[in-house]
Amino acid sequence: MSSVRVLVGTRKGAFILESDGKRKKWDVRGPHFAGWEIYHMKGSPVDKDRIFVSQTSGWFGQIIQRSDDGGKTWFQPGTPAGAPTTTPEGMPMGESNKFVYDEAAAPLTTHLWYDGTQHPWEFKRVWHIEPSLSDPDTIFAGVEDAAMFRSKDGGKTWQEMSGLRGNGTGSQWAPGAGGLGLHTIIIDPSNEDRMYGAISSAGCFRTDDCCKTWKTITKGLSSLYIPDPNAEIGHCIHRIAMHPSRPNTLFMQKHWDVCRSDDAGETWYEVSGDLPSDFGFPIDVHAHEPNTVFVVPIKSDSEHYPPEGKLRVYRSKSGGMDWEPMTKGLPQENCYVNILRDAMCVDNLDDCGVYFGTTGGQVYASRDGGDSWDAIVRDLPPVLSVEVQVLQ
Amino acid sequence: MAAIRVSLPTHLKTLSHVDGEIVVEVDGAVTQRTVIDAVESKYPMLCGTIRDHVTKKRRPFIRFYACEEDLSNEDLDAPLPEAVVSGQETYFVIGAMAGG
Repeated sequence: MSSVRVLVGTRKGAFILESDGKRKKWDVRGPHFAGWEIYHMKGSPVDKDRIFVSQTSGWFGQIIQRSDDGGKTWFQPGTPAGAPTTTPEGMPMGESNKFVYDEAAAPLTTHLWYDGTQHPWEFKRVWHIEPSLSDPDTIFAGVEDAAMFRSKDGGKTWQEMSGLRGNGTGSQWAPGAGGLGLHTIIIDPSNEDRMYGAISSAGCFRTDDCCKTWKTITKGLSSLYIPDPNAEIGHCIHRIAMHPSRPNTLFMQKHWDVCRSDDAGETWYEVSGDLPSDFGFPIDVHAHEPNTVFVVPIKSDSEHYPPEGKLRVYRSKSGGMDWEPMTKGLPQENCYVNILRDAMCVDNLDDCGVYFGTTGGQVYASRDGGDSWDAIVRDLPPVLSVEVQVLQ
Repeated sequence: MAAIRVSLPTHLKTLSHVDGEIVVEVDGAVTQRTVIDAVESKYPMLCGTIRDHVTKKRRPFIRFYACEEDLSNEDLDAPLPEAVVSGQETYFVIGAMAGG
């Protein structure tokens, strides 16, 4: 029988929630890495017991952790617990935390700062980890200040794939309120050389040659808060989602607007339709219905909570425009939490499971494609990320 | 060779799998730079957590204390007090009070 593992990153540690395939009774393990911000944790689709974690702190910087036993034990990939701390040649290990921009390949230039001046690129943290779909030792990392890194040795060492930062538009990239982070990385399962990246608040980008070159793909997006609403750069993309069976169709939750592309991001059009607010952060696609999309509307860019204090997941079964509120099991009064961009995911069981975490520390799960919801756990620290694995 | 006692903040003890103070050996001049070099050499998983990987600049919310003095902004190449060199006093790496 299948089982399910939900990986939850919070402001003060990581938690692992486990259930059998019925998804009714959950065991909660954690906190792992107590006291640290866990921006993201994600398992390899090739080896599901291999989980990578971005552990970060304003005090102590960036740490990468890895588990090879489904989260029971952890180690820094370059320096497993109890292992020698130097290589046979005497070189210090522990390189797994080192994210250094590749200045030789792309000069370390500047990006736009809040006050309109140019600001030096500075590494701050890893926002998102995306394991390869085919190789358990290859992982991509989206970092702040925005850049793509890759490890080909299971997270021991990281190299910048500088084509993104060096695509020629970097000087126009400006940080959103949360920083200049590469927060979305999607690999096309039909062609792993094709990947998508999204940066707040620069825009979205596509590579067709495995990160060597990146093209800006923002045509059709319109953002009222930038001087030229149709500018190529400056759109605050919050999240992009794709169904693996239809990789040329993308759904986007933008700062305002829910949008869709049917040509691999070449052009976009708005599908906000009858949503009560088209502001929000996460967006995801049903595991078995490529035209069924989930968003969580948030009142506004300054009021980061659900409209009317009612926590509602909105589902469109038509790929956008027509949306229905999913409320059963969710608080419908006095609810003022937010749901962050990496804090929603789906599983591929039948029926499709949908999961999201809130800044109030709840993790909600639906076992029926969004029709009804239960809180798996209620009182965690603010949730930053949620990922799910289905295990056989 | 001097044996230097170093106190790490809790989170860095966890990362380096140690309890209590650590002791690092420093050959030659005992300065803040050579002590941190020795800490990173013995516990490479701490590289980047106390100072930047490349610039070696102290992370903003890390402080260095010894002998009841804040040495955070002192010359990294200045000799540390004799009490630290002799092992009588501990060199403290501190996570600054900064909320959160």
